[in-house]
Amino acid sequence: MITLNHYLALGGLLFCIGLFGALAKKNAVAVLMGIELMLNAVNINLVAFNHFLEPARVTGQVFAIFVIVVAAAEVAVGLALVLNIYRRRLESNVDDLDWMKW
Amino acid sequence: MTSYAWLIPVLPAIAFPIIVFITRKVRFLSALVAIAAIAASFVMAVGVLQEVFLLGITMEHPVEYAVPWLQIPGLLKIEAGILIDPLTAVMLLVVTLVALLVEIYSVGYMHGDPGFSSFFSYLSLFSASMLGLVLANNYFMIFFFWELVGLCSYLLIGFYYHKPEAARAGLKAFVTNRVADFGFMLGFFFLFAMFGTFNFRELAEAIPGYQNTAFLALAAALVFIGPIGKSAQFPLHVWLPDAMEGPTPVSALIHAATMVAAGVYLLARAFVLFASLPDVMLLVAYVGGFTALFSATIAVAQRDIKRILAYSTMSQLGYMVMAMGVGSMTAGMFHLMTHAFFKALLFLGAGSVIHALEEQDIFRMGGLYKDMKVTTTTFVIAALALAGLPPLAGFWSKDEILAATFDHGFTGLYILGTLVAFLTAFYMFRLIFVAFFGKRRAGLHGHESPLTMTVPLLILAVLSVVSGFVGTPFTEHGFSTFVYYGEPHHVEPNYAVMLISVLVALAGIGLAWLFYGRPSDVPERIANRYRSLYNLLVNKYYIDEIYLWLFRRVVLGLSEAFNWHDRHVVDGIFDGVGDMTRISGRKLRLLQTGNLQTYALVIFTAVVIIALWMAAPVFGGVVQ
Repeated sequence: MITLNHYLALGGLLFCIGLFGALAKKNAVAVLMGIELMLNAVNINLVAFNHFLEPARVTGQVFAIFVIVVAAAEVAVGLALVLNIYRRRLESNVDDLDWMKW
Repeated sequence: MTSYAWLIPVLPAIAFPIIVFITRKVRFLSALVAIAAIAASFVMAVGVLQEVFLLGITMEHPVEYAVPWLQIPGLLKIEAGILIDPLTAVMLLVVTLVALLVEIYSVGYMHGDPGFSSFFSYLSLFSASMLGLVLANNYFMIFFFWELVGLCSYLLIGFYYHKPEAARAGLKAFVTNRVADFGFMLGFFFLFAMFGTFNFRELAEAIPGYQNTAFLALAAALVFIGPIGKSAQFPLHVWLPDAMEGPTPVSALIHAATMVAAGVYLLARAFVLFASLPDVMLLVAYVGGFTALFSATIAVAQRDIKRILAYSTMSQLGYMVMAMGVGSMTAGMFHLMTHAFFKALLFLGAGSVIHALEEQDIFRMGGLYKDMKVTTTTFVIAALALAGLPPLAGFWSKDEILAATFDHGFTGLYILGTLVAFLTAFYMFRLIFVAFFGKRRAGLHGHESPLTMTVPLLILAVLSVVSGFVGTPFTEHGFSTFVYYGEPHHVEPNYAVMLISVLVALAGIGLAWLFYGRPSDVPERIANRYRSLYNLLVNKYYIDEIYLWLFRRVVLGLSEAFNWHDRHVVDGIFDGVGDMTRISGRKLRLLQTGNLQTYALVIFTAVVIIALWMAAPVFGGVVQ
C-alpha cells in the first residue's frame, strides 16, 4: 500500500537532488534543471496532499498546474539569459559568472 | 517736504548707476549728473530744515515714515524708514552742502584724470550712503548704510589703485573698519535681543526703564566700538592717516562730512542708550579726550600737509566724542557741523596746493601766498577757525565743548582739552608759516587753481566764519535749543573758559611764529635735544609698528597653532573615520564572492535554520 508518507519521501528526495544540482553543478543549464527538479518535488507534495487529505477538491492540483506554468516561464527566461551570457562570454560555467562582485 | 525726504539719498544713489552704465565715456556729463543729483538733494535738505522749523518738529517730536521691509510675525521686524528730527535735518544740510562743494571742486581737481567718471560715481554713492545713514530710523538700516560708507571709503581711498600704498591704505581702512563694525553689529544685536526692536524711537522709550544695566552697558560699549572705528578714535585710528593716499577731495569729504562724521552721528543718534549708563559715558569721554591729545601731539611733528590735517581731524573728532561723553550732545554736534566746514576748507585748500605743486611736504613749500592768494586767504581763515579764535565758527563750538566739560565737572578733561587747543593752534600755524609764508624753496612755483576749485573754497570760508553764530551763548533760540538731548537748555556764556581758550590759541600761534615764522634753528635744536621724544612723535607712537608686531607674532603665531591643530587633530579624526570605513569595507568585501550558487546555499541554509528554530519546542514550535 502506498501512503502519503511515501509520496512525501519521494518529494523530499527529489527536492534534495534538485537542491544539490542547483547549488553544486557548474553548468548553468544543469543549474536550471536542478531548479526544475525542486519545483517538481513541490508539485508532487501538492498533488499528494490533495489526493490524501482533500480528495473532494482539486486545490492542490490547480496549484501544481500554476507552478508548472510559472516554471515554464522561468525556464524560458533562464535559458534566454544563459544563451545570452554564453554568446557574450562563450561560457556557461556559473563559477566564472561573478560580475556581481565589484 | 519731509514726506519726500527719502529722495535725498535716492537721488545720488541713482546717479551712481547712471554714471557707471550710461555717461561713463562722456566725462562732462558724468560730473553734471553727479553734481545735479547732489544739488537737488541739497535743495531738498534745505526744504527739510525749513519744514522742521515751520512744523515745529523737535527732538521729542520727530517725524517718522516707515514701511515694513522684512517681517517674521512675532520674531523679527525690520523697517525701511526715515526719521526726521532737528539732528537729522542739520546733518542732511551739512552732508549735502559739503558733498556738493567737494564735487564742484573735484571737476577742477580731477581734470584730466583717467578715472574721472568713476570718481564721480563713487562720490555719488558715498554721499548717498551717508545720507541714508543720517535718515535711517533703525539700527539695522543705519548699519546697512554704515557698511556702504565703509565700502565707498575703500573704493575712494584706493582710487589710485595702481599705487601699492593707495591700494594698501584702502584695504587698511576697510579691514580696520570691519573690526569696529563687528562690535557695532554685536551691540545692536544685543539690543534687539533685549528689546525686540531695531527702531530708535521704540528703543528710546524702552531703554530708560530697563533693569539689567550690566547687559545694557555691554551692548552700549559694543555699539561704541563702531564709532571708535569709523570716527578714528584710539586704538582703531590707524586707517585715517593712511587714508590720505586717496585723492584730496575724497579726504575732504571723508574728514568733513561723510565717513568720520558717521561715528559721532551714531553716538548722537544712540545717545539715549549711553545717557543711561554713566560708566560707559565715562569711557566715551576718556577715549575721546585721549584721542584728542594723542593725535594733536603727533600732528606737531608731521611734515606731510595732508597728514597734519588728518591728525588734526582725529584730534577734533576726539573733541566731539569727548563732548558726547561728558553728556553734551549739543556741543558735539555743533562742533561736528562747524568742523565739517572748516576742515573741508582746509583739505580743499591743501588739495589746491598739491594740485599746483605736486608736492605734499610742507618743508619743500614756502612763500605760496605770493602765487595763491585765494587759497592762502581761505586756508588761513580755516586755520583760525580750527585754532578757535573768535568770532570764527571753531571758537564757538570748541568753546561750547570746553564749557560743557568744565560745567559737568570733568576738570581733568577740561585741562586736557585746553592743552589740545594750544597744540592745535601751534601745529596749524606751523603748517601755515612754513608752507604759505617765508621764502620760496626748491624752485617750486605755485599757481592759483581754476574757478571750479576756488569758488568752493570761498563759500566754505564764508561758512567757516558765520556757521558758528547759530550756536553762540549769546544767540537766542540757537543750536542748543534745536539739537539736544533731554531738556533744551540755553548755555550761559562762561567768560573764563572763553578767555583761556582764546589765550592758549594765541599762545599756540605765537609759539609757531617764534619757531617757524622767521628763520630760526630753535625747532631743530629742540628736536635734537629730545631726539627720542621727537622720533616717537614722527613715528606716530609706533602704533602701526606695534600692530604689525602683534599681527606677525600673535595672530600669525596663533594661526600657525590653529593650522597645526586643524591639520593634525581635526583632520586626523575625520581622516581616521574615513580610513576606518575604507579599511573595514576592504575586509568585508571579501565576504562577497559574486557566485550565485554560494548565495543560494547561504539563503537555503538560513531558511533551514529558521525553519528548525521555529519548529523547536523550546520556542513554542510545532514539534512537541
